[in-house]
Amino acid sequence: MTQFSFAFPKPGTKKLLVGASLGAVIGIPVLLACLLVFVIPMMHKPLFDAFIREKLGRDPASWAGTQWTYGLAFFVAGIVMFTFAAITGGIFSWYERRVAARMQSRIGPNRVGAGGFLQWIADAVKLLFKEDLVPGEADALVFRAAPYFVVAGMTLVLVALPAGQAIVVADLDVGIFYILAVTSFIVVGVILSGWSSNSKWSLFGAIRATAQIISYEIPAGLAILVPVLMAGTLSTQGLIQAQGGWPWEWFFFRNPAAAVAFFILFISQLAEGNRTPFDLAEAESELVAGYFSEYSGFRFALYFLVEWANLWIIGAVATTLFLGGWQIPGVGTQTWAAVRGSGSFPAWGWWALQFVSLGVFALKTLFLVNVVIWIRWTLPRIRIDQMMTLCWKYLVPAGFAAMLFTLIWQMIATWAPVVERITALAVLAATIWVTWRFLVQTRKNVSLIAHERIDLSNW
Amino acid sequence: MRTKTKLVAWTLGSAAVVGAVGVLSALLSPAMAAGATRPLAGTFTLADGIFYAVAALTVAGAAAVAFSRNILYSALGLLASLLGAAGLYVFLSADFVAVAQVFIYIGGVLVLILFAVMLTNRIGEVNISNSTMGWASAAILCAAMLGLLLVVAFDVPWPVRVTGGAPTTAPLGHALLQQWLLPFELASLILLATLIGAIIIARKEIRAD
Repeated sequence: MTQFSFAFPKPGTKKLLVGASLGAVIGIPVLLACLLVFVIPMMHKPLFDAFIREKLGRDPASWAGTQWTYGLAFFVAGIVMFTFAAITGGIFSWYERRVAARMQSRIGPNRVGAGGFLQWIADAVKLLFKEDLVPGEADALVFRAAPYFVVAGMTLVLVALPAGQAIVVADLDVGIFYILAVTSFIVVGVILSGWSSNSKWSLFGAIRATAQIISYEIPAGLAILVPVLMAGTLSTQGLIQAQGGWPWEWFFFRNPAAAVAFFILFISQLAEGNRTPFDLAEAESELVAGYFSEYSGFRFALYFLVEWANLWIIGAVATTLFLGGWQIPGVGTQTWAAVRGSGSFPAWGWWALQFVSLGVFALKTLFLVNVVIWIRWTLPRIRIDQMMTLCWKYLVPAGFAAMLFTLIWQMIATWAPVVERITALAVLAATIWVTWRFLVQTRKNVSLIAHERIDLSNW
Repeated sequence: MRTKTKLVAWTLGSAAVVGAVGVLSALLSPAMAAGATRPLAGTFTLADGIFYAVAALTVAGAAAVAFSRNILYSALGLLASLLGAAGLYVFLSADFVAVAQVFIYIGGVLVLILFAVMLTNRIGEVNISNSTMGWASAAILCAAMLGLLLVVAFDVPWPVRVTGGAPTTAPLGHALLQQWLLPFELASLILLATLIGAIIIARKEIRAD
């Protein structure tokens, strides 16, 4: 039998430090969730009008300050979303390093705070104090501006990305199309940073990154069309509302082509986020650090912030499109309407249910984030010709096939809805069986090294 | 001698354009003659402020494209201008067109332009202006163009549709696949032919030997 030895916190850690890091571990996510739940729903017009009428005691239609309050509210919402992205990215940076270390039989950052949890804050502070260098031969203006394009491309996505039943800054009617469109700012930033650095490594990295991101946008777009065809809308909230809380009501299970499309989208997102096995653009062994080789200080930190905040976006987009989003099992539109109450300002039960929906969404997203991190530390980097072959010879034709199949499938599902339910249960059963086989195999692999102790005491 | 002839020809041509504009405006401006003006009064709202910011971004970007000596900065100016145009579409309640503008022009066209610019070795101090033309004729041409655009903007009775900010994706889809299906499909056929043509021009001849 495998022996587990687990000690947290490490013996001898100061009580104050343990308390501070445990407080941060619990406090930061709770604070973020409260900000999201209580600030973001206010962006919706009826709720905002009710807020002005009942909390400020003015008539929203005639009061001159309404638009300025609305503008201020949008400013606050922007700060909340930016904080959310920054803190999530920071925590992911610590988490990924710990997982990576564990997978490579190392320890990883474990000095700052219990379990090293406060490491990301220490890193950010360190990078803030570093000198902001601009290479002598670089195009200084473009060099300084390029990180902002990358950050803009990441944060603009958060406008239309939902995280709960009413937690979305703006439920755009063209939501998912908008997300695809604003991601292109990242490409512009990558090109500019690579070119303006005036360095061979940077330029090579930028060319590779651009070729990769532009290529993989095509299978990603085709895969996104499958849930759009099934839901009949481009709005991210509409896509989630077309699904249900139970797994057999998710798009992933309802249509065999959607299951294929999920994997196409997931692979394309890995490539667009420059994650291993598609990290040719920043291949450390060949290109130093790719397009951001010449950056230092906080501009350097911005690239990494975007890379890790992108993890959340990768998971959240896939969850929204295929895995039922924030839908809570057993809670339908009637329940939402019932807990909201008849008043123009929702009752407390509604806000509590918002927390639950946020939790469901975060759980699914964090699972996918975990998968992305596991893939990064499991698979080797692929060659550039393999990268292009995978995209153009496999993913693009598969994407077209999935789209055409979905068109036929939608006609069948309209004619006999029971077909969809049977397929959903069959695909769900197959998924559970594969997961079971995976766990059994993992257990077998672990028992092969039974004589070794799995030592977590140095956490 | 030759330049002088050219200048005369251009001046005459520009004068003809200006004349045409004058005639057109006289024909088209019963509304202006009746004293109808744009509503200029009213309070300054937040939306107005955002509109002017977006419009300034568009114009400044366009100016950067024209005046910059560095073609990379011109490309960046184009980015600002296209982004501003997308913002103007939002003000016209054309949400789908606005996002399509960002998707196609910034995500596709501009990235390709930047890609091409990045691989050229003469970035700064490119003299792309036509040296056979003096600035005087250019100014005349610009003035004529401005007049034409102003006449078109103010005197054409544009059909006004009040949508109230309703989503446009579904109506656009229905229009493209019902009323305008044939032109839509023809456009895709032309695009396909263009793609195949580009591949044939760009590919290397592979010989059997």
